Amino acid sequence: MHTQNRSPNTVDRSQSFSPLGYPTNLLTPGQTYATVNQTIADIPLKRAPGPWWVGFIISFLLLMMFLVAVTWLFWKGVGVWGINIPVAWGFAIVNFVWWVGIAHAGTFISAILLLLFQPWRTAINRFTEAMTLFAVCCAGLMPLFHLGRPWVFYWLFPYPDTMRLWPQFRSPLVWDVFAVGTYFTISLLFWYLGLVPDLATVRDRAKKLWQKKVYGFFALGWRNSASHWQRHQIAYLLLAGLATPLVLSVHSVVSFDFAVAIVPGWHSTIFPPYFVAGAIYSGFAMSLNIVIPVRKIYHLENLITDRYLNNMANIMLVTGMIVAYGYFIEALMAWYSGDIFEIYMMTNRAFGPYGWVFWVLMLFNVLVPQALWSGRIRRNPVLLFIVALFINAGMWIERFVIVITSLHRDFPPSMWAMFYPTKWDWMTLFGSVGLFLTLQFLFIRFVPMISISETRELVAEPQKANTL
Amino acid sequence: MNHDEHSPITDHRSPITRTNSSDEFAAGAGEWSEGLSRREFLRLAGATLALAGFSSCTKQPPEKIVPYVRQPEIVIPGKPLRFATATQYGGFAQGLLVTGYEGRPTKIEGNPTHPASLGATSVWAQADVLDLYDPDRAQTVTTGGAIRAIGDFWNALNLALEPLRSSGGAEFRILTEPISSPTLLAQLARVMQNFPQARWCIWDPLNRDNLGDAEVICDFSKAKIVVSFDSDFLYAHPYALRYARDFAKSRRVVEPEGAGMNRFYAAEPTLTITGSNADHRIAVSSREVLPLAKQIAAALGVGVAARRNGEHEGWVKGVIQDLQANRGRSVLIASETQPPELHALVAEMNAALGNVGKTVSPAPVLPLPPNRIAFPDLVEEMKRGAINLMIVLGGNPRYDAPVDFNFADAFKKVNLRIHHSVHFNETSRYSHWHVPAAHFLESWSDTRAFDGSTSIVQPLIEPMYAGVSAHEILETVNERSPRSAYEIVRNHWGGPQPAPDFEAKWRKTLSDGVVKEMTAPAADLTSQVHASSASTLQPVNGSTSDLEILFRPDVSLRDGRYANNGWLQELPQRFSSLTWDNAALISPELAEKQHLENGDVIELTFRGRKLRAPVWIQSGQAKNSVTLPLGYGREIVGRIGRNVGFNAYALRTSDALWFAHGLTIRKTGDRHWLVTTQHHHDVAGRGILHDGTLAGFLADPHFAQKPEQRPPRDYTLYNPDEFPYKSYKWGMVVDLNVCIGCQACTIACQAENNIPIVGKQQVSVHREMHWIRVSTYYSGVKENPSITHQPVPCMHCENAPCELVCPVGATVHDNEGLNVQVYNRCVGTRYCSNNCPYKVRRFNFLEYNSGLSPSVKLVKNPDVTVRSRGVMEKCTYCIQRINAARITAELEQRKIRDGEIVPACAQVCPAEAISFGDMNDPQSRLMRLKRSPLNYWMLGELNTQPRTSYLAKLRNLNPDVANAYR
Repeated sequence: MHTQNRSPNTVDRSQSFSPLGYPTNLLTPGQTYATVNQTIADIPLKRAPGPWWVGFIISFLLLMMFLVAVTWLFWKGVGVWGINIPVAWGFAIVNFVWWVGIAHAGTFISAILLLLFQPWRTAINRFTEAMTLFAVCCAGLMPLFHLGRPWVFYWLFPYPDTMRLWPQFRSPLVWDVFAVGTYFTISLLFWYLGLVPDLATVRDRAKKLWQKKVYGFFALGWRNSASHWQRHQIAYLLLAGLATPLVLSVHSVVSFDFAVAIVPGWHSTIFPPYFVAGAIYSGFAMSLNIVIPVRKIYHLENLITDRYLNNMANIMLVTGMIVAYGYFIEALMAWYSGDIFEIYMMTNRAFGPYGWVFWVLMLFNVLVPQALWSGRIRRNPVLLFIVALFINAGMWIERFVIVITSLHRDFPPSMWAMFYPTKWDWMTLFGSVGLFLTLQFLFIRFVPMISISETRELVAEPQKANTL
Repeated sequence: MNHDEHSPITDHRSPITRTNSSDEFAAGAGEWSEGLSRREFLRLAGATLALAGFSSCTKQPPEKIVPYVRQPEIVIPGKPLRFATATQYGGFAQGLLVTGYEGRPTKIEGNPTHPASLGATSVWAQADVLDLYDPDRAQTVTTGGAIRAIGDFWNALNLALEPLRSSGGAEFRILTEPISSPTLLAQLARVMQNFPQARWCIWDPLNRDNLGDAEVICDFSKAKIVVSFDSDFLYAHPYALRYARDFAKSRRVVEPEGAGMNRFYAAEPTLTITGSNADHRIAVSSREVLPLAKQIAAALGVGVAARRNGEHEGWVKGVIQDLQANRGRSVLIASETQPPELHALVAEMNAALGNVGKTVSPAPVLPLPPNRIAFPDLVEEMKRGAINLMIVLGGNPRYDAPVDFNFADAFKKVNLRIHHSVHFNETSRYSHWHVPAAHFLESWSDTRAFDGSTSIVQPLIEPMYAGVSAHEILETVNERSPRSAYEIVRNHWGGPQPAPDFEAKWRKTLSDGVVKEMTAPAADLTSQVHASSASTLQPVNGSTSDLEILFRPDVSLRDGRYANNGWLQELPQRFSSLTWDNAALISPELAEKQHLENGDVIELTFRGRKLRAPVWIQSGQAKNSVTLPLGYGREIVGRIGRNVGFNAYALRTSDALWFAHGLTIRKTGDRHWLVTTQHHHDVAGRGILHDGTLAGFLADPHFAQKPEQRPPRDYTLYNPDEFPYKSYKWGMVVDLNVCIGCQACTIACQAENNIPIVGKQQVSVHREMHWIRVSTYYSGVKENPSITHQPVPCMHCENAPCELVCPVGATVHDNEGLNVQVYNRCVGTRYCSNNCPYKVRRFNFLEYNSGLSPSVKLVKNPDVTVRSRGVMEKCTYCIQRINAARITAELEQRKIRDGEIVPACAQVCPAEAISFGDMNDPQSRLMRLKRSPLNYWMLGELNTQPRTSYLAKLRNLNPDVANAYR
């Protein structure tokens, strides 16, 4: 306990900028161990501020709507949605891919940036990891709702049943089960492992008995000893190593759901990288959508500096360009293949009955993010928040375009048809957002949302905090 | 207590019988005796339970019926029995074989020995079995809404008849549908004897009166040139099944050697199934048909030339040229919608071309009982109040009589109105008595086909409700008390004292389904009496409006009698693919002129009457003709037919039964929600459909087999011979060249495979469940396209894309190459449907089989699983039939023979367009067809290696006409 208060090392540097004008501070000047501990660890221990309640109640109401939508769905069957033949996959799959994509930023930030020794992950990794978990929860529910007979969902798992039946391992949906299952497990472990020292800090600062007990239970008896730290760091690195390939594999596998199928518009080799880029793109957008308001509400500008926002915007710009390149290559390959189905698919996508959706997608995902070239926008939280919203919506629309417009006019013209979502589709979509936000609000309320120990590291090693 | 032992309700040894049904409610049976003891209560409760249990069992008919292939004594539970019977449409018989399980008919097939069926059936015969179990069928005798026992009705009938006897029945009328039953006609003749002043009348909204004596039987198998003047002879004609078979024969091309096809010219105002099969079809208004025929006739030396039709010069020239070159080998046929003048002209042309006796012969005339009056005369009498008693046998004249007759008012003036029909309809509602008719699967009768061959109608099930047959009613009229229909029919054929060999002949006839050896005693029948007012039923022209109104029987509901049949309501109408609605069909030109879009509601004004109807823009419609399909807008109808479509009879007048000028339309600005299953008719150059011309085929026989669309078997990373299919290897060929597009396959499959109907709302979101759809593709000009029908069942691909993606292995290949769907294992990810390039999979988005009435459950085929919600399903090649054949073959220790397995779609097909068989047997019919150079794989370039392949469509174009048009 005394270790935490031992060194009042202050970072005594003024706000600094890189030659290109980027902010380089990961912490604002004047942060000490004490300020860090207090800023972060007091949030779970004190009463929630008003905006939290507003947000939580709205989210919770959305969650209740989700419950209604899902109950009705289970009662009546997937026919309550707008899906049909030929568009046998609808919002559930669109939502699934969207949520899995959002889940990507977490692991990318925590694992890949950790392995690359990027210190600018520090203040946001906890958020994004939690976001990952909650997004995977939302994503994982979607295929379950999607099933015609959800009560036998476990048939997709390899379990030794009495009929000696196994899943069909050639199906990408089975790969999904493994990919998403593994991803969730690793993400949870990684998140929790990182949390342990912080939970101990909260335990130590807690005044009430129940807080001491609960946080103490989850802190697993952390005593901040050197051997603890040594094992913790090894485990953390190992998990980061395990998680890193998952970042690439999960969305690659999800993209196989489409790429393996023969449907024009799905059957494409560009899908895995293009999906991964898209996933990170939307993941960062969602992170910003959460980080920016939280930073404001909890006055965390000292810990989540503009540099974070700037770097995240940079990543969005890069992945956004990759995604745009993917759109371009898709169209190019359709033309270059000379295949009438591919060419028609592309023409129909852009100029067919869902053409307007495609152009909205182009606007949201390609055009609007070009604003991020401007440093001023990258460092303006409000504008950045708006751009990120566009990207999140755009990425959802992208999955809609991929799923719906490819299916609605595939091979035989006699079976071409339109898909129109029903209110239950929308309720499921917005309800899942409710679930996500509810979990997110609970997380903010009860768990230290920024890594205390890593932030203290930045305080201790200021040179780390201010390099590019 | 002892007296209770003999109470009819507790003694189950004395069953309550229907024949004695006036005693059904024995005195005291319905009363609760005062001194009820515990013991008695238990006894009654037990009896109730037992009776309830018994009544849920299906009853076996007590009369002897003879199985077609197996003896009735071998009734083995779970083993189907097939019985020959027949039904009739517009008074013309269609021979049937009906499959029943333990006395429960489930499936209707055509009778191969019946000349008007040859093993095929129409869509209506397929759907008739659903009508049998329709919970909305009339179930009880009613008078003024009150339920009565049938005995009360017999009493009332006798009471009403008695005073009429003195006057010879001067105020007694019988109105029937077209009837051809020899027994019924003989009974009617006796009624006319007993009541010499009584009159009878036939009303059929779809009558063939325009033909009069000009009815002919055509032999399309010998015709090289076929010219149709608006005739739908492949679909709506009483002999359509036979015609379709013969027509297919003269169009089937397998090998280039000796390939021959007839050439078919059609002129019609609205697209019909027949017209869509024409090599050269022109869309002309109905009144233009006669001048066209006159022009042709003049060139053949018959009659005088009419004014020339400049627009269709090329077509006329081609017809004349081909007819002259093929004397004695052509058929000209005209529609019943066309005036008698055209029929006379067509007869003359057929004679002039030497077709008579070769391809055309007169149809036998049905002798009818005397004292028949025309329908307008009957209505006149009714209006005068001259009729005391009227028995309406079948039909629904209050709904479908010409609107200018004002039948409803006239009907009200009849003192006592009795209606006998299967469903309680508009006419029943306004009758004093309604007597439910026994369905044809429930009672005995006989019927006569278009060619004069007669069949005995034998039931497969005892009447489910209080239904009686028309025979029993006429018997009561004649004899004051009914006998069973069985006795009446049998007596008619055997006479009062049957010959010693009668029993054997009777059994043989029942077994065959066609009367061959028996002769009925000659009844007092005269030849047909001409309707006195036939002239008033002629269309007249005399209006300034350019628009023509056409009334056509609906392809599904006919005249409206099938309005409560869900299978037919959901069957996509040909071309428009509308379900659960009718629409006024208009041409693209008219739509453009009037700024109309599909679903716009227009107000039609014709002869001062108005009607609102949604429009549907139909390619192939004559420019200024508006077609109104009849049979919708029923008011007194069961739950299925309620609020479906508009009633076109509201505009149909006696002088415009089929077509007339003088229609005006006005856009109302309202919209109606129309629901279709196919929205795109352009194949867009995709390898889905291959068609060509006969000449092109002879020049390049392999035009349909593009190498890239036929990847080799080893074009795969896996070992292509890993599964060699050593025993059987099932496959199918669909011959697009002979498919006429009647959709009998769709509905036969629905009946065989327990496919549910889903309703208009679900069809609107594309969830119809048909396992085999008939897609229609257009090519050429929008106004009058060339049409190809393509039945699409499951392809049973060798490299099935669906199998690869199912996460639980619910769709797998079996050892005979079938792509099977394991319902039990399916979790409903629907991935298989996405990955199916043919989109033949159907998904139970909701519980479509819930809420079925107990009677409708009986129609389900016990050999086929009823699928629940959340499960994917699709064509199985009728695997239950394959397995049935396998069991038989294994018991007999032999291989399954070629042709032993016939899937429902193939069995019903009048054109024999679908063939099924073993691809391991090079001698099979299937493999002969698959070796044809026309054989192609749908979307073969995807390397799915489908088991179902197609024979490309050929058109036998006249090069001169083709040039004139292109």
